[in-house]
Amino acid sequence: MRAEAKLGLILLLTPLLLWLSLLILIPHVDMFLVSLRERIGVGEYRISFANYLTFINEPLYLRTFIRTAVMSTLATMITLLIAFPVSYYIAKIARGRVQSALFLLCLVPFWVSELVRTFGWMILLRETGLISNLLQWAGLVDGPVEMLYNDAAIMVGLVYTSMLFMVVPLVTTLESLPDEVIEAGYDLGGGGGAVMREIVIPHAAPGIVSGCIVVFMLSLGNYLTPIMLGGKDSLWFTELIYSQFIVRFNWELGAAFGFLLLGLSSAIVWGMLKLTGQSLEKTMG
Amino acid sequence: MSPDLECKNLTRRFGDTLAVDNVSFSVPRGSFFSILGPSGCGKTTIMRMIAGFLEPSSGDILIRGKSVVDTPPNKRPVNMVFQHLALFPMMNVADNIGYGLRRAGVAKPEIARKVEEALDRIGLPGIGSRKVNELSGGQKQRVAIARCMVLEPDVLLLDEPLGALDLKLRERLKVELKSLQAAFDTTFVYITHDQSEALVMSDRIAVMNEGRFEQVGSGQDLYYRPDTAFVAGFVGDTNRWSGRIERVSGDEMEMRTDSGMLMRGATHGRSLSEGDRADVFVRPEAIRIAHSAEELAHFDNRITGKVESILFNGAASRILVQDSSASGEIEVNLPQSGEFSGLSRGCEVQIGWSGAQGNCFAAGDA
Amino acid sequence: MTPSIPQPRIVTLAYTGYVIAFFVFLALPLVVVAVFAFNDSQFPSLPWEGFTWNWFFGSERPMIGVFHERSILRAIGTSAFVAVLVSILSVAVGLSNAFLFNRYRFRGQEILYIFMLLPLVIPGIVLGISILVFSSRIANGMWDLAQWDIEALRPGLTLVVLGQFSFIATISTLVIAARLQKFDRTLEEAAMNLGANRITAVRTITLPYLGPAMIGAFVVAFLMSFENFNTTLMLVGSDAPLTIAMFDRLKEGSTPLLNAVSLLLMLGSSCLALVMIAFQRKG
Repeated sequence: MRAEAKLGLILLLTPLLLWLSLLILIPHVDMFLVSLRERIGVGEYRISFANYLTFINEPLYLRTFIRTAVMSTLATMITLLIAFPVSYYIAKIARGRVQSALFLLCLVPFWVSELVRTFGWMILLRETGLISNLLQWAGLVDGPVEMLYNDAAIMVGLVYTSMLFMVVPLVTTLESLPDEVIEAGYDLGGGGGAVMREIVIPHAAPGIVSGCIVVFMLSLGNYLTPIMLGGKDSLWFTELIYSQFIVRFNWELGAAFGFLLLGLSSAIVWGMLKLTGQSLEKTMG
Repeated sequence: MSPDLECKNLTRRFGDTLAVDNVSFSVPRGSFFSILGPSGCGKTTIMRMIAGFLEPSSGDILIRGKSVVDTPPNKRPVNMVFQHLALFPMMNVADNIGYGLRRAGVAKPEIARKVEEALDRIGLPGIGSRKVNELSGGQKQRVAIARCMVLEPDVLLLDEPLGALDLKLRERLKVELKSLQAAFDTTFVYITHDQSEALVMSDRIAVMNEGRFEQVGSGQDLYYRPDTAFVAGFVGDTNRWSGRIERVSGDEMEMRTDSGMLMRGATHGRSLSEGDRADVFVRPEAIRIAHSAEELAHFDNRITGKVESILFNGAASRILVQDSSASGEIEVNLPQSGEFSGLSRGCEVQIGWSGAQGNCFAAGDA
Repeated sequence: MTPSIPQPRIVTLAYTGYVIAFFVFLALPLVVVAVFAFNDSQFPSLPWEGFTWNWFFGSERPMIGVFHERSILRAIGTSAFVAVLVSILSVAVGLSNAFLFNRYRFRGQEILYIFMLLPLVIPGIVLGISILVFSSRIANGMWDLAQWDIEALRPGLTLVVLGQFSFIATISTLVIAARLQKFDRTLEEAAMNLGANRITAVRTITLPYLGPAMIGAFVVAFLMSFENFNTTLMLVGSDAPLTIAMFDRLKEGSTPLLNAVSLLLMLGSSCLALVMIAFQRKG
């Protein structure tokens, strides 16, 4: 390599390496090391798995962890089910200006802070909220109904917040499927179901995978939605992390929790990529 | 025996535009029928109506005597080879070919057998497990046809399937398609804007323009006996002059072109009268070239001119001759005998042709 | 199904109905937030007490509007300050990364690329705490070693900027790299053929070509930073950016003041989004 090119390479590599090492790699390694510390006295620590043992032995922690994982999976599936027909409509049924307008409309909520979106759902769902009033007005219920502060409300919030991240990859992959190929599926005798199963869904697989990965990850790591829409006992794992760090000041346990969350999310992402034979570069990049 | 495909007064409107205007035709069993026309003439609309992807505004489509207008596309006994072939990229070759059989509920071993058979038939045995994108252009083409043919359709529709291929491959596949059609003995309906494809492969050709069939006939009919000015101009290369008819007597006529040349020709029974505006079409190969005027004495049209340029193209070489008396430019085939190989730009040459070889149409036809 | 496949009317109608219902679902919370910003009441809920601008311009208790509420205004300023810094950093690093991955081939490049994507799949809150833990440990170490108190390493705006940058840089890299990928390198060669040196060719040809992508990346980075919550929550000090300030208020109970702020946020981000779309069209 010529000297000039080598210099260029070094100059361009420096910011990348600084960023990835100082803000990503080392902090995570450090967090892992902190999670392995056990406090045995004032300012005295030793290396042990005590924090992870606490996690396993304390039913509340473990239960919250599993609950978070299950609810996030559920939220991902619901988001996919709701988003797929809409994405298909945008990509394959709508044409021209309607198509771009609908797509743009899907992006709108994304440009608004998650806090605002969640706030909107609070206004809608609470006892004095719009839906409760609407139901009373329609005579379907006698008194005010509280729809906030339960798991269903969390689910609505998660699905709503994640919708965009499912719709965009789905629309992009579905748009790349030529109409001709769908028509060929019918022309050769396929019905709607067969064409969907054998042609559309296999084609959309990369979009489905990347949408699911992002939605799952966002749900798992969400903090606002469960806190604002969830009830007293609908704990989310991120709440535990926050309270260990900020309220209890037990960074060792908090770091262990953080690492567990990271592990879970990485495991699911990796598992989905392997299961469907996709790679991170293709789905994300 | 009813024809394989029959369209009766087929019409299709898109808003105010009439894409297909009252077209009727029938295609006999086992023949190769082409619809030839420039892009936007409505040929794709006809094809999509036959396949079931568009509903006719009025008219009827019959396949083996039965109307299919109310049959959804997946139930019609026609299959289609799409413009870009539309092979399913998510399946391998065998699954592509077996797709329609699976839809029809054929048993698995039977499907495997039929797929093998189809692959043999298209001369590509053993490629069943290949991925679609590993195939060459010609192989894809054949797989797309096999995918339809395993379903034994009454009619196979082909929507310019050679359009995306390069010239060499296109030439080869023309011949191949024709022999595949003979091998499968199925009715092919082929649409194209490439006249050479239509002329080489078809038993009968319909020339289409602005939603209507201008003429239906064999390649020879269209080439030598065009019904309309559009066909004369569209099929094959031709010289074309516009002018005013000065004299008509019996089958003979004379026309003065706008550039001042006098053309003699034949009416071929078309109604033309003095004073009409008209167009005369003469093919470059109908025009003879000579060094001296005497050699052309038997032609009723003779012109002395200068070679304007030489368009060398091997066996299809031509020259452009500038008429010395008027400003017309005439395309003339260069004989292959080598007699005129010394010709260069600016040389004076004599050209002539028999008026009966040309075709004259009253203007406004095209 | 495509428009060319005939479907029973009822199916088409049901499908269209579903899509409409979906967009109502998308719009509902935002519309509700916007509408109640004008409710002449202490609570953003029914009954409707009449229309008022007070939650924007009111200056007397109990209805102090956004434009007279110091803490909210300051939080907006803080957010904007953070967002600008994050955007500048992200676009600069993103540009450098795009060139690195597009123009150079070196050992370990693929691994580095995958590594570069990772911040997208790390939960924001984990990013936040890992940076918090790391920086605090360095700060403590410095104090123990030399009695230096490095304020920047304690929770505060510096850490917020770094934390947001750590994942927004990935996004800006992807946006700029995507455009650079489409660049026709013969244009640079043509410039050099016409007498430019390599640096000048990049400066006069390639960078202007990347302009729309850089503006796009800047706007996306700005918006993502402005509305970031998870990472910021873990790193914030005494100066709270807007999302954190609103969150703290919301925990105490909601007033239409928050609706008014939200509506302004929506308008602001729509304007930015429109600006970006306009630039993208031009480019």
